[in-house]
Amino acid sequence: MSQDEGMFGVNGTGDTSGFGGLVRTGASTGSSERPYGSYFDDVADDLERAYPDFNEAIEAVVVQNGELTLHVKREKLEEVARILRDNPNLQFEMCLGVSGVHYPEQSGRELHAVYPLLSMSRNRRIRLEVSVPDADPHIPTLVEVWAGNNWHERETFDMFGIIFDGHAGLTRILMPDDWAGHPQRKDYPLGGIPVEFHGATVPAPSERRSYR
Amino acid sequence: MGLEEKLPSGIMLTTVEKLAGYIRKSSLWPASFGLACCAIEMMATTTAKYDLSRFGMEVFRGSPRQADLMIVAGRLSNKMAPVLRQIYDQMAGPKWVIAMGACASSGGMFNNYAIVQGVDHIVPVDIYLPGCPPRPEMLMDAIIKLHEQISDTKLGANRAQIIREVEAAALAAKPVHQITGLLA
Amino acid sequence: MTFDPYASSRETTEGRVYSVTGGDWDELSTEIGATKEERVVVNMGPQHPSTHGVLRLILELEGETVTEARCGIGYLHTGIEKNTEYRTWTQGVTFVTRMDYLAPIFNETAYCMSVEKLLGITEQIPERAQVIRVMMMELNRISSHMVCFGTGGLELGALTPIFFAFRDRETVLDIFEEVSGLRMNMAYIRPGGVAQDVPADAVSRIREACRDMRKSFKDNETLLVGNSIWMKRTKDVGYLDLAGCMTLGVTGPILRAAGMPWDLRKSQPYSGYENYNFDVITTDTSDAYGRFLVRLGELEQSLRIIEQCCDFLDKLNGAPVMVADKKIAWPAQLSVSADGMGNSLSHIREIMGESMEALIHHFKIVTEGFRVPAGQAYAAVESPRGETGVHTVSDGGTRPYRVHFREPSFNNLQSTAAMCEGGMIADVISAVASIDPVMGGVDR
Repeated sequence: MSQDEGMFGVNGTGDTSGFGGLVRTGASTGSSERPYGSYFDDVADDLERAYPDFNEAIEAVVVQNGELTLHVKREKLEEVARILRDNPNLQFEMCLGVSGVHYPEQSGRELHAVYPLLSMSRNRRIRLEVSVPDADPHIPTLVEVWAGNNWHERETFDMFGIIFDGHAGLTRILMPDDWAGHPQRKDYPLGGIPVEFHGATVPAPSERRSYR
Repeated sequence: MGLEEKLPSGIMLTTVEKLAGYIRKSSLWPASFGLACCAIEMMATTTAKYDLSRFGMEVFRGSPRQADLMIVAGRLSNKMAPVLRQIYDQMAGPKWVIAMGACASSGGMFNNYAIVQGVDHIVPVDIYLPGCPPRPEMLMDAIIKLHEQISDTKLGANRAQIIREVEAAALAAKPVHQITGLLA
Repeated sequence: MTFDPYASSRETTEGRVYSVTGGDWDELSTEIGATKEERVVVNMGPQHPSTHGVLRLILELEGETVTEARCGIGYLHTGIEKNTEYRTWTQGVTFVTRMDYLAPIFNETAYCMSVEKLLGITEQIPERAQVIRVMMMELNRISSHMVCFGTGGLELGALTPIFFAFRDRETVLDIFEEVSGLRMNMAYIRPGGVAQDVPADAVSRIREACRDMRKSFKDNETLLVGNSIWMKRTKDVGYLDLAGCMTLGVTGPILRAAGMPWDLRKSQPYSGYENYNFDVITTDTSDAYGRFLVRLGELEQSLRIIEQCCDFLDKLNGAPVMVADKKIAWPAQLSVSADGMGNSLSHIREIMGESMEALIHHFKIVTEGFRVPAGQAYAAVESPRGETGVHTVSDGGTRPYRVHFREPSFNNLQSTAAMCEGGMIADVISAVASIDPVMGGVDR
């Protein structure tokens, strides 16, 4: 995390013309330290007890903004998911879908898939996160564990190109079936067109000057 | 009461154009093509407070073959565009199109890969109605303007003449971004 | 084989495909009768008067029974999530509000809660802003359920409920217009609070509207509850029990009709919901009729909450509606002043006449926006259809890095296959109407 240095002020080159374009910095990673606080310690302990491969499978445990994120290796994802769903101390019955994120700066871990989980019996929420490289964007499917992920995985494939191994019908769901490219990746253009007004033409939102 | 009571000798004279225009505009049946938020405002226009039925238009025909007017209400995505064209083609002429809302007129706030930037890329549009979404009163205003347009439609030789004039005017017109008004 | 310009057919890898364009069923049925196929695949939509918006239902029929039902979606995909990456955090509200267009306030609130979580100011949102948010959300719940009754009835052939329902909806939309300026897609909830305070006489008008709505809700109730035709169309139709709901990730009235009293307003209260008295309505029939009863019950509970909100607003008169931190708060109270135009004149006098720093601050906050610390957050609200969740990722800048909406209609619509297969084709309409999907939310 960077320090708070006030609202305005120079960052980087000090170029305020806006013609430098959108410059992005990657999000930070790194595990949080025990104690995690509230029910997160119980969840981590129960999972560690129920799953002997905990230290190999879980790359990082992050507690931020009052939420627990478990970064899981993709090979162990289905095992971890089954334990989280079936173990009587954990009972995460509902998965609220898959959210894909594309971090082009994190080479080797560009595509992330985020699974928010909800335990209704214990009124708890956690999050699973899986990172895969662009060159090999395969993640095992969780449709066998939570059937509702069917369409979510199709959407993540459609928008990001993450291939879910074992999914029975991984086809495009939001874009037309013959569309080329995965629209929500950062290297896919927004696709807007310039708009003509009386006396001026305004460029598309992605081409305009941006300040930060 | 009506016009028929005031006729001096029971005979009324009019032109075919005026009669055809009057008949066509009085009972315009819309084909339901509600896509997104504007569709809800279109539904609100048909209900009791803004009553579209006083214009003879409360029956939204399910089949485009029985409809004259297509109100494209909402944002048109690239996946839906061929469907729009097919529904338009299935309508029998004479047919009119109202592009309801900013997204149907020009792509609206969604200037991106997924939305067609104006349904006039796909079908010819008679009335563009801005708004996000336009109020029911605005939709009725657009429909009334369309009624005026329909009742003034020329037929036959007059129609060919009008088409020639409009085309000549469009070819000679200034491009939009050069219309600077009083500025330059 | 007859040649008909309106019912052409061609051979494909899946068999013979007929394009039927109306008025030629007898020719089609003679042709199909000649083949040995007993199953017919019918494509309903995406333009069809009975499918809630642009939904394509692909049904494999054997006689009148549906053997397989699939949904084709994506016909309203707008790329809203990608668009938010090119706008500031506050401008994201105007995009996000158009996803589930029947419940815009819920989209906005979920997004703003997620941004506030990232900013860490969830505890500092002023109480009056929270009360206004709750009131607007419950009013939106009423207007959304009204559309569900109206269009659901229309799809099943009942033409009267839509007039009753939209009449009540107009009452609510008038209140929205008075408070926020717009009937739909208001962009009223902003990160840090709400855009402006409610007008002076709004509270009394809302109280009066609640009294009127309580009376007029009875119209739909007496018409449909216990109505034998309505019950025949909706009882035991679209059955989805608790196990099915859990595995498919289905929340909202469908889950509550299966007997599970799960409501985020009670279990994980947000925005001050713990201060209100209301009940969670459940039935245990898991069918379309049960869902209808759940929604009807929720209307009364929403009215209770709104009346409690009015009491709170009277007590908190004059309190701020935006967070106190000037680095985040939207800079001006956009009240309509005496000349009928927006912008508070005192603020304009200050920035134009008195303080250069205030002018710069205003300019920077509006064009550049505030910066949100890096990280990710997930916030969820109980919208009329279920759990609307927002997963936001920030990279420390003034623009979102990724905003993903977990829309309830997306999950709920997945259960169409489970609900419809094995039933009659008319029950498909009933089941989809009881799911109440909004295609803007499904496709985003």
